[in-house]
Amino acid sequence: MSKDPAIETYELTKYYGKIRGIEGLDLQVEKGDFFGFIGPNGAGKSTAIRTLLGLIKKTSGSAKVLGYDISEEKEKILENTGYLPSEIHFYSKMKVKDAISYSAALRKTDCSKRAAELCERLDLDINKRVEDLSLGNRKKVGIICAVQHHPDLLILDEPTSGLDPLMQKEFFSILKEENENGSTIFFSSHILSEVQAYCRSAAFIKEGKILLSDKVGKLEQTGAKKVTIRGDVTKENLTGLSGITYTEENREDALGFLYNGDIKKLLTVLSNENVKDLTITEPSLEEIFMHYYES
Amino acid sequence: MTILKQEIRSQKTATLIWSLSIGFMIAVCILMFPEMKSQMSDVNKLFASMGSFTQAFGMDKLNFGTLIGFYAVEAGNVLGLGGAFFAAIVGVSALMKEEHGHTAEFLFTHPVSRVRAITEKLMSVYAILLIMNVVVLVFSIVSILAIGEEVFWQELLLIHFSYLLMQFEIAGICFGISAFLTRGGIGIGVGVAGFMYLLNIIANITESAKFLKYISAFGYTESSEIINNHGIEVKYLLPGMVLMIIGIVCAYGKYTKKDLR
Repeated sequence: MSKDPAIETYELTKYYGKIRGIEGLDLQVEKGDFFGFIGPNGAGKSTAIRTLLGLIKKTSGSAKVLGYDISEEKEKILENTGYLPSEIHFYSKMKVKDAISYSAALRKTDCSKRAAELCERLDLDINKRVEDLSLGNRKKVGIICAVQHHPDLLILDEPTSGLDPLMQKEFFSILKEENENGSTIFFSSHILSEVQAYCRSAAFIKEGKILLSDKVGKLEQTGAKKVTIRGDVTKENLTGLSGITYTEENREDALGFLYNGDIKKLLTVLSNENVKDLTITEPSLEEIFMHYYES
Repeated sequence: MTILKQEIRSQKTATLIWSLSIGFMIAVCILMFPEMKSQMSDVNKLFASMGSFTQAFGMDKLNFGTLIGFYAVEAGNVLGLGGAFFAAIVGVSALMKEEHGHTAEFLFTHPVSRVRAITEKLMSVYAILLIMNVVVLVFSIVSILAIGEEVFWQELLLIHFSYLLMQFEIAGICFGISAFLTRGGIGIGVGVAGFMYLLNIIANITESAKFLKYISAFGYTESSEIINNHGIEVKYLLPGMVLMIIGIVCAYGKYTKKDLR
């Protein structure tokens, strides 16, 4: 296996006319990683993925997937990649088994054994027409199409939407197996708890640009602390401090926020107030997410 | 040829319905011929008195009392219009339907180049038209034999071949249009076919508008000319084939560079 990153973009930009899709996107995903791509609606997650897969043409910049250039070697990328879109559609009147075998035929591979095993694990009736399936079951067909050929890279765009919790668990167990067998997993999500639970690395994207990209463990230790104060402290008492992001609905008797400033200054301010209780903890990924997007 | 097979499979029902409908209508007309034959001298006189209407459909140059003459006019209307509309629908939906049905994201995230997809889809369009025309031809031959008439092979094959080429032309043009669309193509395709038909009627009625035959795909399908000249008018056929090639080249040019939804 070459040492090229699984995904590497440099100043990758895509504009739809005058509308920004992604702008100067710099991203690196190492081979074998389990990578979460986090961002709100319209941040550019799907545009980035669609550009990497060649569905849309970049405006400028460059990118390589599995060491292959996205403009020049698209087919080589797709030979070794599996993709699950956020909303999957199949041809009308196609049965589940036809969709799965069509996908394998387009890859010129026989994946019937693996497909049968995945259908059983995901509890999928292969004789039903895809158009008669619920969104969740259609997604299962998409998962099988993306995974059945054991790709080197799996790109998944909001993969768990529409799946019930049991299926989500089974789905992540399939992804973990693929990852353990050497596949790189790259998935976009709004659901930070699943990124935190399964990913080793993650990147935040905002307004088409990468805000932050690192190991999940390091992202959780960005320096920002989650502070919860019980007592008579109000937001007005803290106006002199910089680096505060209020992340939660504050109750009457408690004030919660992320603090990224000098902890001594905070303690000095609080020492002059009526504080009944104070907790300072590491924030969750979700709170960090809110910190970045609201600041 | 995976995409080609899938395209033909997906169009199976539509191809069957159009083939059987056109074939059945032609068969009904042929089966009516023996009964109408005795009244044909009156019919010929009637058409002779209808002026430009007679010219519009080329009936001034045909003898309705013979099966060839009768078939040429009737096939011109049924196979001409029916085939043109079917070719337009199949051609215009070939590329457009991937984005309209949101399946482009499925197809083009497999190791399939756009050129390969376009080529196999184009081949499927022509294969479908070929199948439809063979079925219709079989209906015609069986019907002619059923009424005890002799099959006029040369004229019959030439007439049907001209219609096949006309369908190929319309399908090629609509295929090119298809690359630019993401929805609503059927109306445009049917409009192109109807417009071509109208141009030919105008060209038949008005001598000064004869040049429209160079533009209309129906210009070289005029059965009266084919029967009288024992061949297809090359001067009308060539511009048509050029238009078809332009349509196909546009399809490759646009679709290989297009951002897919």
